[in-house]
Amino acid sequence: MDGFPILSLMLAVPLVTAFICLAVDAKMARTVALVATLANFALGVVLWCQFDVGGAQWQFQESKELFSGFAWKLGIDGIALLLIMLSVFLMPICILASQSIEKRVGEYMAAFLVMETLMIGVFAAQDLFLFYIFFEAGLIPMYLIIGVWGGAERIYASYKFFLYTLLGSVLMLIAMIWMVQEVGDSYIPTLMAYDFAPEAQKWLWLAFFASFAVKMPMWPVHTWLPDAHVQAPTAGSVILAGVLLKMGGYGFIRFSLPMFPQASADFAWLVYWLSMIAVVVTSLIALVQHDMKKLIAYSSVAHMAIVTVGLFAFNTQGLEGSMVVMLSHGLVAGALFLCVGVIYDRLHTREIDRYGGLSINMPKYALFFMLFTMASVGLPGTSGFVGEFLGLVGIYQQSSLVAFVAGTGIILGAGYMLYLYRRIAFGDQKNADAAAMPDLDAREWFMLAPIAAVVLWMGIYPESFLAPMRNDIRYVETRLAAAKPAGDAQLTAGKPVSHDKHAEHGGAH
Amino acid sequence: MDFLQSLRIVAPEELLSVSGIVLLVASAWGQTRRDARAVTWLAVLTLFVAAVMTAPALFNGVRGDAAMAFGGLFSGDAFAAFAKLLIYAAAGASLLVAPAFFEKHGAYRPEYPVLVLFAVLGMGIMVSAQNLLTLYIGLELNSLAAYVLAAFLKPDERSAEAGLKYFVLGALASGILLFGMSLTYGFTGTTDYAGIAAAVSGGPVSKGALFGITFVLAGLAFKISAVPFHMWTPDVYEGAPTPVTTFFASAPKVAALALTMRVALEAFGPQAAAWQQIVIFAAVASIVVGALGAIGQSNIKRLLAYSSINNVGFILLGLAAGTPAGASAMLFYLAVYVAMTIGGFVAVLMLKDAEGNHVEAIADIAGLSRTRPLLALGLAAIMFSLAGIPPLLGFWGKFVVFQSVVEAGMVPLAALGIAASVIGAFYYLKVVKIMYFDEPAGKVTGKSDMVHEWLLATCALFISPLGYLITKCLTALTTIAAGVLFAAA
Repeated sequence: MDGFPILSLMLAVPLVTAFICLAVDAKMARTVALVATLANFALGVVLWCQFDVGGAQWQFQESKELFSGFAWKLGIDGIALLLIMLSVFLMPICILASQSIEKRVGEYMAAFLVMETLMIGVFAAQDLFLFYIFFEAGLIPMYLIIGVWGGAERIYASYKFFLYTLLGSVLMLIAMIWMVQEVGDSYIPTLMAYDFAPEAQKWLWLAFFASFAVKMPMWPVHTWLPDAHVQAPTAGSVILAGVLLKMGGYGFIRFSLPMFPQASADFAWLVYWLSMIAVVVTSLIALVQHDMKKLIAYSSVAHMAIVTVGLFAFNTQGLEGSMVVMLSHGLVAGALFLCVGVIYDRLHTREIDRYGGLSINMPKYALFFMLFTMASVGLPGTSGFVGEFLGLVGIYQQSSLVAFVAGTGIILGAGYMLYLYRRIAFGDQKNADAAAMPDLDAREWFMLAPIAAVVLWMGIYPESFLAPMRNDIRYVETRLAAAKPAGDAQLTAGKPVSHDKHAEHGGAH
Repeated sequence: MDFLQSLRIVAPEELLSVSGIVLLVASAWGQTRRDARAVTWLAVLTLFVAAVMTAPALFNGVRGDAAMAFGGLFSGDAFAAFAKLLIYAAAGASLLVAPAFFEKHGAYRPEYPVLVLFAVLGMGIMVSAQNLLTLYIGLELNSLAAYVLAAFLKPDERSAEAGLKYFVLGALASGILLFGMSLTYGFTGTTDYAGIAAAVSGGPVSKGALFGITFVLAGLAFKISAVPFHMWTPDVYEGAPTPVTTFFASAPKVAALALTMRVALEAFGPQAAAWQQIVIFAAVASIVVGALGAIGQSNIKRLLAYSSINNVGFILLGLAAGTPAGASAMLFYLAVYVAMTIGGFVAVLMLKDAEGNHVEAIADIAGLSRTRPLLALGLAAIMFSLAGIPPLLGFWGKFVVFQSVVEAGMVPLAALGIAASVIGAFYYLKVVKIMYFDEPAGKVTGKSDMVHEWLLATCALFISPLGYLITKCLTALTTIAAGVLFAAA
């Protein structure tokens, strides 16, 4: 496999099939898209198997001087690998979830396949400008997905999504141009190792923050998210929550932290405060939602705040925790949107009050929904617990106040998720039409079961996911080490009780 | 001998004038539809041959004395060659799209291609001028042909109005330009670019010469429709027949911008500080006004007019940088801009209802993606490209301009300009929204011409991500061309 351009192939497969989808009829387009995404998932599995854990930092590198000003440079480290895996894993599920799409199926599938190419491109790009092109280009298919196939308020939501994220990103572009001019190279690993002057770091950090904070999204620039999520079709929401939001977190861990460590430390307070407000405020907002999708959208903002808090904890636990929360949230939020989609397809409403007592007529559905609810809450044994626990441990070393507030958010999270679950799955079957809904069919099983399996895998044996990125997290941490602010936890190593004393103690009884 | 050398350098212009005159005479005898078509094809052929004659100057990077003709009045250097190639391509495209349009109105005459040829000749002189007087001759030759072209559709009142407006305001601008040139001459003692550069290079620039450059730039700002001299653009673009608008939005823009670059960077190059503020203001104002003005438009030609004002603002940012990289970026943007503009107007020409009447109201193209998917895709690609969204080539045009601005140390200007580009994105998105999100209006059902389809496909391919593959070669050419302007430095 050495030298085989597998990353380029993974980019090409969905792109080529996108054009095929445009040309064929609806039924064929569904099949083609499913086959293509499954093929890409298979390639992803090959990628993971071939990935040398603990080996070179950058693997599967490709480089071609195709363009003026930037180059076709691809390559992945453990962090990128996991996020690519997340993308290719969710994609076939999204295609399956799009069965209810009836209008303009070919174009719909094409938009999703192009989206997949761009998502993989974002994580695999090793040239700063190539990254930007992939990063920004994602706006076009997503704009169309929301605008053409979305709900009633789709047009407003699509504009808001596009313009918000565009405004955030263009400032980052200016910062990128400046950086490349300063360093004389747009190769990302070179930039990661470059020490920018502290004064410059501040401006650059702020410019990148403008983009990633919107993508993430952080409070108070999160308002595009609930609109976009609610209006997008189910699969669109899954991709938004599952992968697009991760681009913000990926941006922080790939660019902001290693490239501008000093500025990251200087502005950590800003991130802390925004995250603390986000955790509490959006959790409270989620608590009073009547629309299921909106509730999950707000919970996404709250979860992303845990990610940012963990990222800016400046230690291994925090960084690893953030990564796991991102992966876990990608799966869990995606799965929750799918669960909403399942009952939306049957009743065509997302109003929570229209449901009730689903555990009676849809027991299998209720089981899956409960698993994902628990994973979202962070129950031990699910992926959510691993990430949130690590993240909180990390931030506790840095600031106990932030850890306390973020912890509150998790309690509130349990509140709104369990409340949602109670209203939908338990209680009386107060609505006759909801009571008549059939349980999961085979297609829905195929959508939910794989995610459930991975959620449990990540919760029970997270080492599979932590190992590939361990060295990369360590690299980020070494870049941050010099600038790391002193924490308020005043950790002192505990004094292990000596065995003699223990024996003595025992003897006294 | 020297004279022969000069004649060789202006060979493309000679070809254009001779064939223009011959075709004019020929058209006196042939006024039928078939004759008009034949003249059009001959004119396109002429442009093609002229392009072949011009190209070597660009590829060989001809500059300085080797390019000078007629004792320093005219220069056939690589920069002029680059601009001319763009002009020929744009003019050729606007000739190709014309017959189908005018024949619908029963108004196609062989004078149309002849006038375009003369306008192109004027533009060639504009971009090659090395002297204020040569500049003025070229400018007027172009303008006089253009006034007539704007009013070419005689039965249409809007066309006549456009011609009159263009003429009155154009004459005013020419007056301002001449006034500036006379001031410049008065305070520097010469009309020669090199002479002016030598005169202003020592010490601070005199008040009179400063007035001179200000008026010259004001006159040129009219020609490139930069704010605050942009008011005529939407009216003329809307009123003029669409093929003429295609022409106005592309070729003369290239010529006037290239001319502005020459005057600013060659003649007043040593005193960049004197004109930089003006250019920065015009650039930012054009970006903002172009973006805000477009939002409320309901006619797609008016929308594209504001879009061209907006784009000129971005191109001027490269001039504000005042560096070789900036000039090279401007040329790159111009090349992409020409492709986007021609593509955009060709798409507009293809919007026809069942009877073959042209549809111009934006509301009428609702749901185009379902009735004419390929046309909608092409137009959407052009809209996203104009908005500067990657991976379309319009993004790279903006990118190189902003790169040059940042390299020149003007980071706040770059940040301001790019933030303003987000406003522009709004109305481009609106067009896409109407085509893709709205229910079909069922208006656009007419068949389109083969030539139009091919032109649109070519432009769309050029601005598609595939266009990035030629960025290497295009950047090499723009660097050669821009280098000519900085020969002295």
